[in-house]
Amino acid sequence: MAEHAMLSKKKNIVKESSSDRVFSFVVHAFLVLVMLVMIYPLYFVVIASVSDPFDVVNGRVFLWPVNFSLDSYKHVIDSSSIWVGYKNTIINTVIYVTYSLCITIPAAYVVAKPNLPGRRLLNLFFLITMFFGGGMVPTYLMYKEFGLLNTRWSLILTATSCYNMIVARTYFSTSIPESLYEAAEIDGANEFTCFFRIALPLSGSIIAVIALFVASGSWNSYYNALLYIRDQSLYPLQLVLRDILINAANAFQNIETSSADQDVYEQALRLTYLAESMKYSIIFIASFPMLALYPFVQKYFVKGVMIGAVKG
Amino acid sequence: MDMNVPQDPALKSKKKRSLKRVFANWQAYLLILPALLTTGIFHYYPFYGIQIAFKNFKNSRGIWGSAWVGLKHFKNMIDTMDISVIWNTLSISLYSIAVFPCAVIFALMLNEVRNMKFKKTVQMVSYAPHFISSVVLVSMIQCFFQRSNGLVNNVIELCGAERIDFLNIPQYFASMYVWSGVWQNVGWDAIVYIAALAGVSSDQIEAAKIDGANRLQVVWHVNVPHILPTVVTLLIMRTGSVLSVGFEKIFLMQTPLNLEASRVLSTYVYEMGIQKGRLDYATAVGLFNNLVNVAILLIVNTVSKKLSETSLF
Repeated sequence: MAEHAMLSKKKNIVKESSSDRVFSFVVHAFLVLVMLVMIYPLYFVVIASVSDPFDVVNGRVFLWPVNFSLDSYKHVIDSSSIWVGYKNTIINTVIYVTYSLCITIPAAYVVAKPNLPGRRLLNLFFLITMFFGGGMVPTYLMYKEFGLLNTRWSLILTATSCYNMIVARTYFSTSIPESLYEAAEIDGANEFTCFFRIALPLSGSIIAVIALFVASGSWNSYYNALLYIRDQSLYPLQLVLRDILINAANAFQNIETSSADQDVYEQALRLTYLAESMKYSIIFIASFPMLALYPFVQKYFVKGVMIGAVKG
Repeated sequence: MDMNVPQDPALKSKKKRSLKRVFANWQAYLLILPALLTTGIFHYYPFYGIQIAFKNFKNSRGIWGSAWVGLKHFKNMIDTMDISVIWNTLSISLYSIAVFPCAVIFALMLNEVRNMKFKKTVQMVSYAPHFISSVVLVSMIQCFFQRSNGLVNNVIELCGAERIDFLNIPQYFASMYVWSGVWQNVGWDAIVYIAALAGVSSDQIEAAKIDGANRLQVVWHVNVPHILPTVVTLLIMRTGSVLSVGFEKIFLMQTPLNLEASRVLSTYVYEMGIQKGRLDYATAVGLFNNLVNVAILLIVNTVSKKLSETSLF
């Protein structure tokens, strides 16, 4: 009996034809390759940031750190502009996430109510924002008129994302059964009670998702700051990074072309080497918070993206 | 306005009843009020400023007080704007849309993995690039592709070939932009398809197998048709922005040498409006851009509704 079972099991395995085995091998090999392509640039940033600048620039770093050194980190930590940017970004992100959640979540709860008079009109009001806006210059003029240019508030006070509201709305209308509200209403609960005592306690996961979307958006954006902020002490991290990373990018080419004096050349070269490896440590320091955070919220945001996609 | 109001014989009493229902829901309206106010102010109020696209905007006279000039700025745009700006926008945007199968293929492949641990690892790694900023992404591109000491060029030289100035040669610009975007977003974009693939019924797969299909045939004849509506919907959404290429990344990737390939409508608006101070003209270009986008979205949506019964609204 047992022998027979084993035999049939074996037969089942054999059933996997050779073409299927090739297929399976190709799929796995390809995915391993994709994974390497995804991870290698990030890995390289890390090993380059702790290697000797000279070896990085001369292409001796490939798989592991060469001549381990933390010099570039020391220089980055000494640079005050990065910390100013860090501080500004943390402040902006915290305020912006709070602001967005306080606006988006109650609004989503309301437009998810099936019997609310005027619901279609409200939905339309928000939906239009996804497809038509005032544009760069009129929005700039508005902030100017309100006197918000060159203040932190120009980065915080914005129209909240309609996409996030749709995600939350879909969550409310599919994940919380209508009967819960009905039962509460029979017990005399009003709308506020329904929202604060029933809907809110049940929507921890969706709040986490939207908080992550908003936080990573705010952490990574520089567009608004580029337009509205002139004062360097208000620069968010990404704008500071842009100045350091991108605008200094062609330093090497400048040296190559303008190198008449040998002494000047060598000194400039040394500085450029250091700047080059500082780039990697800056990239690491700037990206680490979000990269360290997302695996923990992963299972939620996958849900969020799915909900959002269902309702486009 | 509201479809759920029961039909009353007398119109008057219906009106009265719905008014009553509005009042009965005052708490709900209060909860949505902050969203209405902020959206109204920060999204709809700038619409008022769009009128400077038709005016000779003087800072001293304000938006309202400036004189009307009709379509002058639009004519000016047709006369003076380099046609390559539109061409660049369109080609980069279509190129970005054309790589959509990457995420689909990635999702289909991931769906074939039986080992859950491996699957989860690949997925988690594939999300990582999505969380780095465009500033960091572009500086990584620069670090890797620099001509004199970038990793890619070091490898090219090791292979015995000539170093290539990827960052400054215009022909490479679109590819650098699009494929770095694929690297950053393929895992993220695949989430939707992976979710859709979870809905394929195992009966269908079994039936196909009994009919003698191998795994590749199952993927092609069962899985692909299953996610097709999702793919189409997302493609329609993308066409709504066919004439706009995200400002952030492209602006950072611009260098004086690649400008002929990298100047797109959004950076052109920034250049004209914010950098050169021609606010009225830049508004006109922005408005043109926005209207074309909306028009294309509506057309594609209608066509797709007729052809495949898939539409956004």
